[in-house]
Amino acid sequence: MSLIKEVDYGTPAAKSEKTVTLTIDGNDVTVPEGTSVMRASMEAGIQIPKLCASDMVDAFGSCRLCLVEVEGRNGTPSSCTTPAADGMVVKTQTERLKKIRKGVMELYISDHPLDCLTCAANGDCELQDMAGAVGLRDVRYGYDGGNHVKVRDNGEENPRYMAKDETNPYFTYDPSKCIVCSRCVRACEEVQGTFALTIEGRGFESRVSPGMHEDFLDSECVSCGACVQACPTATLQEKSIIEIGQPEHSVVTTCAYCGVGCSFKAEMRGEELVRMVPYKDGKANRGHSCVKGRFAYGYANHKDRILNPMIRESTSDPWQEVSWEEALRYTADKFRAIQAEHGKGAIGGITSSRCTNEETFLVQKLIRAGFGNNNVDTCARVCHSPTGYGLKTTFGTSAGTQDFDSVEHTDVVILIGANPTDGHPVFASRLKKRLREGAKLIVIDPRRIDLVRSPHIEAVAHVALRPGTNVAVLTSLAHVIVTEGLFDEAFVRERCDWDEFQDWAAFVSDPKHSPEAIAEMTGVDPETMRTAARTFATGGNGAIYYGLGVTEHSQGSTTVMAIANLAMATGNLGRPGVGVNPLRGQNNVQGACDMGSFPHELPGYRHIQDSTTRDIFEDIWGVKLDDEPGLRIPNMLDAAVEGTFKGIYIQGEDILQSDPDTKHVAAGLAAMECVVVHDLFLNETANHAHVFLPGSTFLEKDGTFTNAERRINRVRRVMTPLNGFADWEVTQNLARAMGLDWNYTHPSQVMDEIAATTPSFANVDYDLLEREGSVQWPCNDKAPKGTPVMHIDGFVRGKGKFVVTEYVATDERTGPRFPLLLTTGRILTQYNVGAQTRRTENTAWHKEDLLEIHPHDAEQRGVRDGDWIRLASRSGETSLRAKITDRVAPGVVYTTFHHPGTQANVITTDFTDWATNCPEYKVTAVQVSSSNGPSDWQVEYDRQAEQSRRIKPRIDAAE
Amino acid sequence: MSTNTEEHSVRVEAICDRMAALEGPLLPILHEVQEEFGHIPEGALQTISKKLNLSRAEVHGVASFYHDFREEKAGKHVIKICRAEACQSMGADDLGDHARHRLKVDWAQTTNDEKVTLEAVFCLGLCACAPAAMVDGKVVGRLNKDRINQILDEVAS
Repeated sequence: MSLIKEVDYGTPAAKSEKTVTLTIDGNDVTVPEGTSVMRASMEAGIQIPKLCASDMVDAFGSCRLCLVEVEGRNGTPSSCTTPAADGMVVKTQTERLKKIRKGVMELYISDHPLDCLTCAANGDCELQDMAGAVGLRDVRYGYDGGNHVKVRDNGEENPRYMAKDETNPYFTYDPSKCIVCSRCVRACEEVQGTFALTIEGRGFESRVSPGMHEDFLDSECVSCGACVQACPTATLQEKSIIEIGQPEHSVVTTCAYCGVGCSFKAEMRGEELVRMVPYKDGKANRGHSCVKGRFAYGYANHKDRILNPMIRESTSDPWQEVSWEEALRYTADKFRAIQAEHGKGAIGGITSSRCTNEETFLVQKLIRAGFGNNNVDTCARVCHSPTGYGLKTTFGTSAGTQDFDSVEHTDVVILIGANPTDGHPVFASRLKKRLREGAKLIVIDPRRIDLVRSPHIEAVAHVALRPGTNVAVLTSLAHVIVTEGLFDEAFVRERCDWDEFQDWAAFVSDPKHSPEAIAEMTGVDPETMRTAARTFATGGNGAIYYGLGVTEHSQGSTTVMAIANLAMATGNLGRPGVGVNPLRGQNNVQGACDMGSFPHELPGYRHIQDSTTRDIFEDIWGVKLDDEPGLRIPNMLDAAVEGTFKGIYIQGEDILQSDPDTKHVAAGLAAMECVVVHDLFLNETANHAHVFLPGSTFLEKDGTFTNAERRINRVRRVMTPLNGFADWEVTQNLARAMGLDWNYTHPSQVMDEIAATTPSFANVDYDLLEREGSVQWPCNDKAPKGTPVMHIDGFVRGKGKFVVTEYVATDERTGPRFPLLLTTGRILTQYNVGAQTRRTENTAWHKEDLLEIHPHDAEQRGVRDGDWIRLASRSGETSLRAKITDRVAPGVVYTTFHHPGTQANVITTDFTDWATNCPEYKVTAVQVSSSNGPSDWQVEYDRQAEQSRRIKPRIDAAE
Repeated sequence: MSTNTEEHSVRVEAICDRMAALEGPLLPILHEVQEEFGHIPEGALQTISKKLNLSRAEVHGVASFYHDFREEKAGKHVIKICRAEACQSMGADDLGDHARHRLKVDWAQTTNDEKVTLEAVFCLGLCACAPAAMVDGKVVGRLNKDRINQILDEVAS
């Protein structure tokens, strides 16, 4: 193992198909037209000295170090800004160039501290490297004159010196080390798209400024770390490097936060993680990251992590630490006893969207083959199950149609029910880049998300609809497209069922679906609707990206199908730049669905009642499978309350906090005899558990995650599991304790079993992933290296299916008692239920959940910014602080669900999607009133949680 | 927000509305704001950044690059003495010291009676007539002690 050093070509790759050939230092080099001389030279293996250039950002030409001589041209042009041309003869090293470079370096060093030995960048400093490369031996200027390096030796004040800014929890900014190369500023602008940095002042005064000469923490900075990665010196430096030192080896792995699935180099010193650096070859992220992936890994070593298995008879008892053998034996005996008494179907399990494909596969295998029933479900139930249903119905596959690179070819984007700058930040950066290049954006969201308008980005239309009216709005967009004749008839005739299209077209053309007719119900100006529809239908490549604001509704599945209809009608499928793209919430929620986590589906979305599929598994597993679909999560809880469901194995999911109607979940769990929680922390669900099996982090195991673009990425172990076992080993040991003969020694063997049983994974194995980096399923003989874009020559199901999408209002209505609509979402620095991010320094940005309320509604209720308010629905009530903002429309309030103290899901109702039971998180009728502090429920909950988390250490038997 | 800054913000917004359609509107807007207020008032940069859909950092970067954009109001008269090489070689430093002494201010300061602001400038393009200065926007060359005294008398009256 060694440290992976990625080649920096100095300028981004040119995309031209035409090539040019030039001579550099006597070597012929052929490169795409538009390539810089610097990059061409690097491709020939000749590194031209440089400071301000990096292949992550466009050429800038400011450092004057990369100068070259070109035969027949005057002067010494900078190689980063000079495009390669046919027949060019370039010299990168001449007497003249040597002299110039030495002089430039001498000036740089004359205003730079010489504390190299004790500098955090020692060993990873491009300035130091360049001083070496140009042979700098002497600096003739002292520090008596103007400099911004240090307070003067004579005690006089140096007004040009600025102290370190340490406000960001993850990196420091030391202005005295800045060489004003602008790489950080350009990274913030071009890669991240936030524009939080600038160079302020001029001359000696010029230096990097976050915002308007602000601290990093108070500025517009979102802490993605692109600037830190870009900095050639120690000016912007990870605090972990300052504390630990430089890493000595690195391993490429995949982030365990959102569904973008960024590739990272985990840079290590021994088994200590020094830093995470996004990997340029990562096809989802292309070398970029967000604050979570790059910095928020501290939970892996947090003191709250539980490392020993624990059991207890009753949830009112304290936990008793026991050995792994005892915990697993106890669990197996309990489960078998429950089955003996209450029947085979009285137990079940939940797979985790945080765990690997292999682990998920094993959990569903344990349930189907070991428990002997199909009571397996996963958290996709509460997020993207409607995506699976809707896209399978219309196209034939339960997944997004594109890769993320596709956005680079998009001309018009409809973004609906998603907030990528917070939920999927790296995708948001890629989208923003495309928008700055001129693509148009239509936002359909009740809330004014950042993408509606932020520096250099402005949506052409913001359809600020009333929560719960998605279907009406999408049908109405279709109405405009069909009645104005903007649909793609050739595409529809060739690819879709023409009769079904005609039925659908007649349905949407009904005047009752016109933007004018629905305006009052949806609250959207008809002109905005018409602009949006026309822009999408006529603007070129149109892509639809959507999130949980689509699926988490009583008509979630209908909305997904309405999106599919829109894409088919406008011919936006089957090529780069278009498509229907669900932004999946969790790192492996796509994988968890693929791996047969649903009660009615075996891996690869094949129905459990399909005997051919069952035969495949029965052959390999050597057991008879139940052909009846099992229970979904809400049904398991209902059955528990009724007394017919008694035991559950929950891997890596906190249903008490994440699932709707908390009180019902608590009642269900409390009614069970054996709740087994397999997790990193004593999460909220564990308050009701009888067995706790410690989990391992993504850094502690091998496996694969499948991201939102169906990309199977490798997860690689970089440290020994603190709890002793990777999660797949724990599941295997539980299976063995229950009498199953499992003998996997490595997750690659599980993947081989997946490939052997699941056609869409047929060609996937770890060797292929090692060679290709990653592949997108389907990956089989038809597509040996995977499938970036689906449905290219026809839909998987044959003809694309248009489905009539009648709008049916949710039963959740506002009324005099509950006049406001609550919708929920997330925030950049926190992730899901916050179990991980709350245990990192990310709390510097978001300490608690807040309720966003419009000034008009706040004033009516006498609520001021920062006040405690009581939030009540028909289901329950909670208290949190108010944030007054016009991001939400009057009549709409918004909150996040990252903190257990808030218990936002006490408020949400048990209404669900008609097809998949996905809960309606996004619409709840509520009332807001003043409050003094936490509600009685919250106080009682905290007391009970504290009580439930007591642990008695393990007592080893006396000799 | 105080009523003063609120009023400023309305006026800055009006300037932005008037000039936002220009190609590269930021510099013309900053000039116009300085023209209207005599300086760039607090909060103006935020208002401009919102109006032009730029980040705070970008507007700050541009405004702080140009010394002519002032954060505070200048005195009634502004004297800028050139301190660049040609003028220095012709005795500009002595002139500067003299002016600072007489006005009892340092560079970039305004007299207590708010009548005069003294500033350094680096090259007015009048090297042939060094030492040179600029008084309330008008250039003057071939300065010496007498001429500087004359100027100081004029602005002080």
